[in-house]
Amino acid sequence: MTKIGLEIHCQLTKLESKLFCSCKADYRGFEPNTNICPVCMGIPGSLPLLNKSAVEKATLIAMALDCKTPNRIAFFRKNYFYPDLPKNFQITQLNAYGNTSIGWEGKISVENKEIKIRRIQLEEDPGRLIYEGATEKTELTLVDYNRAGTPLVEIVTEPDFETPHQVREFLNILSDLLENLNVSDPGLEGAMRADANVSIEGGSKVEIKNIGSFHDLEKAVHFEITRQQSLAERKIEIIQETRHWDDGRKITVSARTKEEEAEYRYHLEADIPWVRIDDNTKNQLQLHMPESISSKKERYVSKYGITSQVADILSSDRYFSELFEKANNETNAKDIANMITTDIMGLLDTREKREMSKLEGDHISDLVEYIKSNKITRASAKLALDEVIKNGKPLSQIIEDLDLGHVSDEATLSDIITEVLNEEAKAVEDAKQNPDIVNFLVGKVMQKTRGKADPELTLVLLKKNLGVK
Amino acid sequence: MDLGISALNYVNGIKNNEFTVEEFISESLEHINQVDKKLHAFLRINDFAIKNAREIDTKIKSNQNVGKCYGMPVSIKDNICIEGSKTTCASKVLENFISPYTSTVISKLNSEDAIIIGKTNLDEFAMGLSTEFSAYGPSRNPWNTDYVPGGSSGGSGVSVSANECIASLGSDTGGSIRNPASFCSVVGLKPTYGLVSRYGLVSYANSIEQIGPMAKTVEDSAFLLNIISGIDSNDNTTVDNKNQDYLTDIDAGINGKKIGIVTEMTNPDGLSTDVLDTTNDAIKTFEKLGANCEQVSLEMVRYAVAAYYTITSTEAGSNLARYDNIRYGYEFDSSGFEFNSYISQARSKFGPEVIRRMILGGFVPSAGHAGKYFSKALKVKSKLTAEIKHVFEKFDYLISPTVPIQPFKFGEKINDPVSLMMVDFNTVTANLTGIPAISVPYKITNGLPIGIQIMANHEEEHSLLQAAYALEKTVDLPEVPI
Repeated sequence: MTKIGLEIHCQLTKLESKLFCSCKADYRGFEPNTNICPVCMGIPGSLPLLNKSAVEKATLIAMALDCKTPNRIAFFRKNYFYPDLPKNFQITQLNAYGNTSIGWEGKISVENKEIKIRRIQLEEDPGRLIYEGATEKTELTLVDYNRAGTPLVEIVTEPDFETPHQVREFLNILSDLLENLNVSDPGLEGAMRADANVSIEGGSKVEIKNIGSFHDLEKAVHFEITRQQSLAERKIEIIQETRHWDDGRKITVSARTKEEEAEYRYHLEADIPWVRIDDNTKNQLQLHMPESISSKKERYVSKYGITSQVADILSSDRYFSELFEKANNETNAKDIANMITTDIMGLLDTREKREMSKLEGDHISDLVEYIKSNKITRASAKLALDEVIKNGKPLSQIIEDLDLGHVSDEATLSDIITEVLNEEAKAVEDAKQNPDIVNFLVGKVMQKTRGKADPELTLVLLKKNLGVK
Repeated sequence: MDLGISALNYVNGIKNNEFTVEEFISESLEHINQVDKKLHAFLRINDFAIKNAREIDTKIKSNQNVGKCYGMPVSIKDNICIEGSKTTCASKVLENFISPYTSTVISKLNSEDAIIIGKTNLDEFAMGLSTEFSAYGPSRNPWNTDYVPGGSSGGSGVSVSANECIASLGSDTGGSIRNPASFCSVVGLKPTYGLVSRYGLVSYANSIEQIGPMAKTVEDSAFLLNIISGIDSNDNTTVDNKNQDYLTDIDAGINGKKIGIVTEMTNPDGLSTDVLDTTNDAIKTFEKLGANCEQVSLEMVRYAVAAYYTITSTEAGSNLARYDNIRYGYEFDSSGFEFNSYISQARSKFGPEVIRRMILGGFVPSAGHAGKYFSKALKVKSKLTAEIKHVFEKFDYLISPTVPIQPFKFGEKINDPVSLMMVDFNTVTANLTGIPAISVPYKITNGLPIGIQIMANHEEEHSLLQAAYALEKTVDLPEVPI
């Protein structure tokens, strides 16, 4: 049987500061080595100061993944030399002297299969190495420590996956869950990384590292299963090793034939006293835990009659479900949900657009109400949305500014129709023989009113004018 | 001018206009200039000391607020960071390291208008007890320059003893304040773990070490402890001492107090005859002061040195791993090196004792050996802590000679690491258990000092200083022959 296990590293990008100092947790956009201080640079004599919010956010993740959580946590040093590691040890966690990591023995359901979580731990991200030119031929290795000390949660699963597809589904669910908890922005480059362990019946465990995206992870796991099966068919031994994903060739390649046994000389980090997480803190966290995606979806369907597909899309996206909650005034929930998924998601499809957007919940509920009461057409509504996103003015004012109001006043409409009939003499003649031509004339009226004319009233008036039924 | 006055007398002298800060500082600098060629207490002298002195004199003359130290010259062990100046830890590895920030203890001294007169010598990265392991040459004992001054805060001990400054800050991981205090005949206090911020102290064994004062008198130690102690937002291991004033009632005496004489630390087999005689004499003195002394055995003390070296080597291996010469360090052309070879080349500048401990630190906590060494050492530490807790239910103080022997000659022990380690026998217990301990000068025999160690329970510095004060008042020691 194929067994796949995952190690996922997720940065807590929603935190203000790094795990042990006050530098920014989200280092993106800084010039190299400007988001640093004596602590995250490992300057002699500096001491780590634990970010308590990181402990809370990580505990939240553990709770959301149904983990057991400890009464107190401890930090350990994992000692190894690497130029991206300022202290040449990483402050991480270890379940020695009892369970002192953020969480353990959790579970999550993926396609009706339970995936067990072995352990969750809180640790610091190292810096980044930048090689000039190709990695093998590089003359110069540059180090950027901006990332060093970013809070990282490591989630280790049991080898419960059987197919690459389950792996992909799990990562999608986990990514949505982390976003929903407001602890991380998994969409950010490098915010979520995963390594996989793959073994087939009778073979040793192979670790795959260096995988850039979840899409590649699925492919890498797939490749690795195929590779191992083909070895097994030819009766070649599958050796225990670490392999790297070669993004160019889309294959896994052996990292080193003989990986030295890791010797990390783990010991307690004495600079950080044990942290108590009492029941009261846990209760408070549970109380303020954001509603889960599945519970949200269930509520959207049962309470508001939103279709299952729409509810699925909406609930799994933190930004749009929040927008929905804000817009929802209990009367037009279904229409609001539809407007968000059909119109707004397309307009706000990138993080940058969402950050720039001035759209508020009220805009959406007003817009839905306007459409329902015939004050604006669907076509005009789209124009209005564009405008609201840009400037955030109240809807009524935008309709006025852009003159998007519905033309449903009979006298005004009759004047326009007369104009159209004069201009389209041939069509008027044809319409008497072919009633379908009437629709062409409706289109002409819409053109003249820039989509604001009430289509039903226009049709009635036109027919009356032409004397057709 | 008497450069040998206590901190409290210095403050009085300034207040009574007996001398100005500038006069005292310039005379101190001149004295250093004369004696330090021989003693080598200092690695560097503060070029701005006179300027600092004039600034404080101006403040005094214009009746502005002046800090408690009134410009007194204080020396600092060169493993404590001061922004913009070198902190070498007496190592070639940090030869050009300039700290980008200031340690908490220095900020506190600065805000009380102390003048940092210079940075003092130590065994490289505070590993050693003679200063023979300094990469810049040893310091010499002012009582007899053929003898070691103790260590690792040897430069600090010498600077206070030879009247090159009023007081000093050292650090104590296994006796590094108390040992040179005893060898140089000054008062050395290792506070409770967490009482003084370690922010800015270059770590050697961070789970047990502390910064502490080295001074001419017990009162001066209390005076300095008042300044440097207390909770610090830059060190999560600090405790809140509620701004306790350690000088208050320092002369309360020890009448009726219970003193435990630690059997293992006063074992005649381990002590030199002179140290044994002096210890017995000190016990009589304590009894004369009204205390009740009785023997108490701490079984784990026998294993304390082994546990100490196992734990400290493990932590040193980790704490000193950062010296890869990538972010700071010394001039070294990196071209042609792959990074693993660069790191090992960069780290070849460590001295022999540091290398010895890092090799040990790579071995004792490693996967195949931790059970036999590191885990056992941690067990000794926790059992010893339990024993200490138990005996302090009965006793107010524990006493022993600070060091089982008197100062030894240069080179006498340098090739015998184990016998050198055993010199720490009486001091490591306070570090392993986190309790405060003080060394009080008690006798000069054969022209060399002997100090008595007093230990108290966690955060009982106030009571500890009272006992030390009472003992100090019974002795009258000769002037240092310098």
